[in-house]
Amino acid sequence: MAKIKFKLNGEIKELDTDPSRRLLDVLRDDFNLTGPKEGCGEGECGACAVLMNKEIVNSCSVPLANVLNKEIITIEGFSKTKRYQVIKDSFAKAGGVQCGFCTPGMIIATESLLNKNPHPNEFEIKIGLSGNLCRCTGYNLIIEAVKLAAEAGEGLW
Amino acid sequence: MVTSYIPLNLDECLKILSDKQVRIVAGGTDMLIQNRSHTSMPIGFKSDVCYISNIEELKKIYEDETFVYIGSVCSLEAIMESELVPELLKNTILEMASPAIRHTATLAGNIGNASPAGDSLVPLYLLDALVEKRSIKGVSKVALSDFITGVRKIDLEKDELITKVIIPKISFTKSYFKKVGPRLSDAISKLSFAGAYKLENDLVKDIRIAFGSVNVTVVRRRDLEERLIGKTKDEVKKMVSEIVDWYEEFIKPIDDQRSNKEYRKSISLKLLRSFIENIE
Repeated sequence: MAKIKFKLNGEIKELDTDPSRRLLDVLRDDFNLTGPKEGCGEGECGACAVLMNKEIVNSCSVPLANVLNKEIITIEGFSKTKRYQVIKDSFAKAGGVQCGFCTPGMIIATESLLNKNPHPNEFEIKIGLSGNLCRCTGYNLIIEAVKLAAEAGEGLW
Repeated sequence: MVTSYIPLNLDECLKILSDKQVRIVAGGTDMLIQNRSHTSMPIGFKSDVCYISNIEELKKIYEDETFVYIGSVCSLEAIMESELVPELLKNTILEMASPAIRHTATLAGNIGNASPAGDSLVPLYLLDALVEKRSIKGVSKVALSDFITGVRKIDLEKDELITKVIIPKISFTKSYFKKVGPRLSDAISKLSFAGAYKLENDLVKDIRIAFGSVNVTVVRRRDLEERLIGKTKDEVKKMVSEIVDWYEEFIKPIDDQRSNKEYRKSISLKLLRSFIENIE
């Protein structure tokens, strides 16, 4: 057991728990944040993606010990931002959501990409989303959604 | 339950390594999967663990006249974005994993894991990289090719920590990395290849060739490279079939779930052929 302090969706949290728990389990079991999903559980699908210090990480592959003093934002926290509204509307407009299981991770990946590169070309979008699997859309609709978000959110990133 | 240590500086970490028997975890992207337990259960480590990713001293990338020094806890993304890091290594990292994994995984972790399919090992062998190790007794440097002693075997005492990856500054006329896998991202390589050369007035001053996933560790043959140094590029290109024959005996891949030995060998040698034929 150890005390792990970190910022979660804007609030400081301190847990006295096993640092060898996965961030994904802590988010879902301790904080009831079920936006991050367990897909593959081995870092290949991106359904569990969250932002750590503004960058996308797979919460299934991050031990809580590595979250010490970091800032974590899940889709629940991100959904309160203007950037989220733009990305959400763009996904809806482009038809980038079907079953929805991958969508929280796809939106986190989009934010992580646009935060670093507000005007990505198609290749850069594909690289940005390359760790996130979608079994419904065939990806083209999601790539279109990211393009729309970059245009509609001009100045936000 | 195993005990977890989370040192915040290097001295504290080396003391723990000296006093305790622990597994070292950096980004955790391999270690968590290798020790995976059930959903909602802590990671199933069999021994105590020392998490090193909070040690700021190990997150620096800097250079002097002859070397680039990469701290062992630098993320792959930070390495890819650094202006100091050779293009060959950056191009390799771009084909490794995905953004989410690159934000946490480390180069030293890829070295410590010592998988025959470790992508970064191929350019690092080619670049003559060194590993800096530290314990409370002192610091030492060892060539990466000596540090990795076999499949998942490394020359690291229980009280030692990889603290830096050190890359000699070398300028090439051209360097090239090719990974063959089923998916651009998050795929473990079927095989990989790196080649680099330096030409001066059409003379080959330096040429280096390395293969990944086709033997217990990276295949690089300095004896064969030396045979080509001092020749003109056209002489080397004319020797292409002979060069492919030289390497043939050292490419000894296995069959596994990702590929088979015939495919791995055939494609490795074709990449070598293409690399030699395209020397310009």
